Amino acid sequence: MTLDRRSFIKLIGSASGAAAIAGAPMIAAAAEIMPKKGKRVVVVGGGYGGTIAAKYIRMFDKSIEVVLVERNDHFVSCPFSNLYIGGILKDLKPLTIKYDKLVKNHGIKLLQAEVTAIDPAAKKVVTSKGELSYDRLVMSPGIDFRLEEMKGYDAAAMELMPHAWKAGPQTVLLRKQLEAMKDGGTVVMSVPLAPYRCPPGPYERASMIAFYLKQHKPKSKLIMLDANPDVTSKGGLFKKGWKDNYADIFEYRGAKKVTEVDAKNRAVMIEGLEEVKGDVVNVIPPQRAGQIAVAAGLVGDDKNWCPVNATTFESTKHKDIHVIGDASVAGAMPKSGYSANSEAKVCAMNVVALMNDRETTELSGINTCYSYITDKEAVSVAAVYAVKEGKIVAVPNSGGVSPADFSAAKLEAIYAESWLKNILTEMST
Amino acid sequence: MKMKFSTLALAMGVMAVSSATFAAPPTAEMLANACAGCHGTHGSSAGPSMPSLAGQDKKVIVESMKHFKSGERPSTVMGRLAKGYTDADFEAMGDFFSKQKRAAAGVKLDAAKIKKGAAVAEKFCSRCHIEDGKEGKDGASVVAGQWLPYLQIQNDEYLSGKRKMVEKMEEKVKQLPNAKDDMDAAAHFYASQK
Repeated sequence: MTLDRRSFIKLIGSASGAAAIAGAPMIAAAAEIMPKKGKRVVVVGGGYGGTIAAKYIRMFDKSIEVVLVERNDHFVSCPFSNLYIGGILKDLKPLTIKYDKLVKNHGIKLLQAEVTAIDPAAKKVVTSKGELSYDRLVMSPGIDFRLEEMKGYDAAAMELMPHAWKAGPQTVLLRKQLEAMKDGGTVVMSVPLAPYRCPPGPYERASMIAFYLKQHKPKSKLIMLDANPDVTSKGGLFKKGWKDNYADIFEYRGAKKVTEVDAKNRAVMIEGLEEVKGDVVNVIPPQRAGQIAVAAGLVGDDKNWCPVNATTFESTKHKDIHVIGDASVAGAMPKSGYSANSEAKVCAMNVVALMNDRETTELSGINTCYSYITDKEAVSVAAVYAVKEGKIVAVPNSGGVSPADFSAAKLEAIYAESWLKNILTEMST
Repeated sequence: MKMKFSTLALAMGVMAVSSATFAAPPTAEMLANACAGCHGTHGSSAGPSMPSLAGQDKKVIVESMKHFKSGERPSTVMGRLAKGYTDADFEAMGDFFSKQKRAAAGVKLDAAKIKKGAAVAEKFCSRCHIEDGKEGKDGASVVAGQWLPYLQIQNDEYLSGKRKMVEKMEEKVKQLPNAKDDMDAAAHFYASQK
């Protein structure tokens, strides 16, 4: 049948020859869309990790061509999307970035396409628009859902019971459902077993939904079914926040693992033992690395997350492929936006070192994460990370959470806004 | 065994080494880049309540980090983060940020307050915050072009006693006819400087 690209190049004798006639319609679909001339890094995913990796690689070494592949023409931040769900933000605009300035400022090549396959041996990324060769590949694919562990939760069910765990239309849908609910209704939320994207995220969401109900539908109720035995992050702070603000409308239930849904009846099942019904149901399913990372064979023995070298973020499964952000196993660093930002810079520095045969540099990382309790109060967790015996660990005697008495909560809500502004500006300029 | 391996590696001219084992310790840039998620790329902040660090005096950064770490300077996350670093790390970060081009926040500010602030600054602040705040003398911080909301948070902390003023500043603040308004005006003036 048709000739594959490599045999084709062999036939005509040179890659530049192939490039010269790549415009021929028959070839175009299967051919390299951007023939590689010099050193090239392909970055997959334009979120918290990918944008920063692309930018910093170019900042460190302008001689490396960087192609950022992202399926959408914009990105909506998960951090702060709970404030939209809680009715505090009017729209998703403050959470949305475009790529035009980033690409222009740093000479990054943007390819808006879906990545359909990765060939680690041939060092090629296959996209909906054609193939891309790379010297090194940085994967920042985020998460996908382990739907096989949540019976009945398919694409149609997601429209009835939104997860809203990837910001965008799902976030809008959840808010619309809350707005449409009658006063006196019941909202049910489910939390998967850790690890999942953004450890404190579900608890912030509960706070924001409770805030909305308290303001607009005070006769309503919120029930959180948490597969974990207890709140997995900032536990003491969330519990105090809930007690002080939402005790009358919010019920937290630990060790309640939702394993099945009945979307039409807005019901969830806890391990075949108990059914809980709601008027609005927000199911946060168990998660794993983005599907493309799974398909590329980058996940480890757990079949969910991608093991990496603690200094370079190079996959331990395939050489020349680096994995950052939620998809990776980054030791003590949580699956958060700030972690992805920090990991991306470490990865970028070391990708550049490796491509220039220079010594790599040990990781120094940070995570800083704010969660809103009410519209004017937020709590935080912060930590510094280093490498010890090949593993990423939190630096002893550092880091921690906000004061237990909420004495800093108002100020932290102000800092949180600047956190968002800075991190999204870093990603988009 | 170890000898054999390295001899073999040398003999074969092996360049690549396990980066997990042989990576260099974190450089100034590695340390500083981690801060940029909140303080902006190269320390040029886009968030009004978080200070730009680009072009800040090295001594000020090092002292601030030490004071965050000890708790002498009040903070939310900064104290918790500072505890993760050594004095040498602070020196490296300070060195990195002090060499970056100073950013100007570029927000719209009240012209009347800027005018009033210019007079306050000239009379009370300019001996240490020299060159219209573009430089600092004797450990004073660079305040020109800094975010107004950040400066206002500092003023609140100074006036409430949460953040301790250095002696020279305390003396000057005592001389201000209306410390709260005058310091706010001075903050407007310095924030307006490019």
